[in-house]
Amino acid sequence: MAPVLEIEGLRKTYRSRRRGERRALDGFDMVVEEGQVHGFLGPNGSGKTTTLRTLLGLIRPDGGRMAILGQEVPAALPTVARQVGAIVESPQFFPHFSAEDTLSLLAGAGGVPQRRVMEVLELVGLRERARERVKTYSLGMKQRLAVASALLKDPKLLILDEPANGLDPGGIREMRTLVRTLASGGMTVVFSSHILAEVQQICDSVTIISLGRRVAAGPVAEVLAQHSNSGLRVRLEAVTDLPTAADLLTRAGVQVTPADDHLMVFGVDKPATVTRALAEADLYVSELAPVTADLESVFLELTATAPVPGRHRQVDQSVVVGGQAGAAVSDQTARGWGE
Amino acid sequence: MSLYRTELRRLRKRRFIRYLALGGLLVLAAVTVGMFLTNQKIGPKQIAAAERRAEQEWRQHVAFTEQYRAQCETARAAGTAGDEFPEDCAEIEPASRESFDPEGFLPSTFDFRNEFGVTLTTLTAVLALVAFIAGASFVGAEWSSGGMMNLLLWRPQRIRVLFTKLAALLSALAGLAVVASALWTVAFWAIGTYRGTTENMTSGAWQSFGLTELRGLVLVLVAGTLGFGLASLGRHTALALGGALGAMVVGQFGLALVLSLAGTRFVDAWLLPTYVRAWMEKKVTLLNWQVCQVSYGGECQPETFDITWQRSAILFAVAVVLVLGGATWAMRQRDIT
Repeated sequence: MAPVLEIEGLRKTYRSRRRGERRALDGFDMVVEEGQVHGFLGPNGSGKTTTLRTLLGLIRPDGGRMAILGQEVPAALPTVARQVGAIVESPQFFPHFSAEDTLSLLAGAGGVPQRRVMEVLELVGLRERARERVKTYSLGMKQRLAVASALLKDPKLLILDEPANGLDPGGIREMRTLVRTLASGGMTVVFSSHILAEVQQICDSVTIISLGRRVAAGPVAEVLAQHSNSGLRVRLEAVTDLPTAADLLTRAGVQVTPADDHLMVFGVDKPATVTRALAEADLYVSELAPVTADLESVFLELTATAPVPGRHRQVDQSVVVGGQAGAAVSDQTARGWGE
Repeated sequence: MSLYRTELRRLRKRRFIRYLALGGLLVLAAVTVGMFLTNQKIGPKQIAAAERRAEQEWRQHVAFTEQYRAQCETARAAGTAGDEFPEDCAEIEPASRESFDPEGFLPSTFDFRNEFGVTLTTLTAVLALVAFIAGASFVGAEWSSGGMMNLLLWRPQRIRVLFTKLAALLSALAGLAVVASALWTVAFWAIGTYRGTTENMTSGAWQSFGLTELRGLVLVLVAGTLGFGLASLGRHTALALGGALGAMVVGQFGLALVLSLAGTRFVDAWLLPTYVRAWMEKKVTLLNWQVCQVSYGGECQPETFDITWQRSAILFAVAVVLVLGGATWAMRQRDIT
């Protein structure tokens, strides 16, 4: 499958006399294949929105290469824009126009037939409120309108930056269904969200960005497999035996993390290895359960943004790519994505 | 072309701009109604009334003068006359009857040929103000609401989008100015017909009015472009309006005060309204009474300085090039965040 979206070595530095330089994108890479729903994840301030704005020609990059539908952008943006629907960050519309007017004007500017306006308003559930002014809309309704504006062109590539922001639970589910429906119809969707369970459910592949660089990318299952330490939770009949059991398993070459009432065991091929080793020392297992990491824990691990009790993390505090841990991650990522 | 039509539609849909244009037209309507009500057609009845009034005023004047002379003579006889009376009470004489010209007592009447040209400056000033605010609001609100960013996602051609918006704005302003000028001319022709005179109109006079209206139209378009350019430069309506207000308060009133205190010659040459007047009236001659240039007849003539419409044209052109050039540069270079 041909990539619909390619970004290589994208760089962007914001310069301010007062605040100095801030590197928003530092050699960022991303590839999205045709027909995929691709999750684009990263902590606040990691460069997600800068990437999308740069891709859509709103921000000038300092370096790197970008291509949409096989055409180099920003040079070819006027040509490919008709095939790209996008919402970037929070929905912004002129507050005194109605939803219908807003979309009608966009359709006029883009040469889209006016009948599409009511079609997409119906699709996002705003048909009944189409004639009301946008300033009377809730955040969720504005979000629906933003999605409608992105769908107006019936694009080949749909870029949705935080589309679930402000939606009620029903709306989030509708959004999920809509995205899957669009993807099954052949549309490629790039989907940025902080609701990682949502991303895990609907995305085929993900790219994780931290401090302006890619820290992981590939099919969701692959990223989970590569970056999660899936292990076993081990409980014994007597809690007092846990230190002995931990010592025994560590000596057997297994990685053990003790908890209050159980042990977490990693790096074990077969669970029977654990039960056998403990039974031989007259320690009997009351529970042996596999623990699979989810996208959220992988994200927190890769971006080093897991909350630490007593500490207040600042927005730019995440994993330093290029350092030891970051380099390892990058190598794995490069291998995984290149294969 | 679809973008141009869409921008025209957007402009029409903007409620603030519709109200602004309506407000401007109402102000102009109020001026014409005021002119209609305060002017009268001069006929035999008005002339007779003016003559009666002149006669009455003269008689009052004579009576007062005689009373004053009597007081003077009484005071002189009593030896109590102070500075309020002349040495010789016979010097106190009434003015001649001729100096009470009945023409001065005629009601206001509108002479279309002589006075319509001046009203065109009022028309242009109101329309230029509307144009400036409309231009600033049209693009400023788009920037501040995020509408411009949305549009650029659809048409990622920044300069084209900016200039298409400007073209839509200017064509709408031109339409408004042409219609308003036509209505203004018709209204004042009616005022001249029913409350004054439309006599002595020649093709040359009509041509002159036509050219003045054309210069007015250009000024309206310049004002619209400056408002649009400043708001685009600052990406907010308030920048254009605040900038204009600041320029008027500091750059005009403040400057006029400072230059006056400094004893600068031709202070008005530094003020924008002078250039607007010169543009509309073709020439404004500034006088400096502090310098006396003695004529052959021994008269003291003030020093003069002419500001022509060509000089105003250069000023407006430079302002448009600087503001629009800056807006274009900002549109091309600055990130849209």
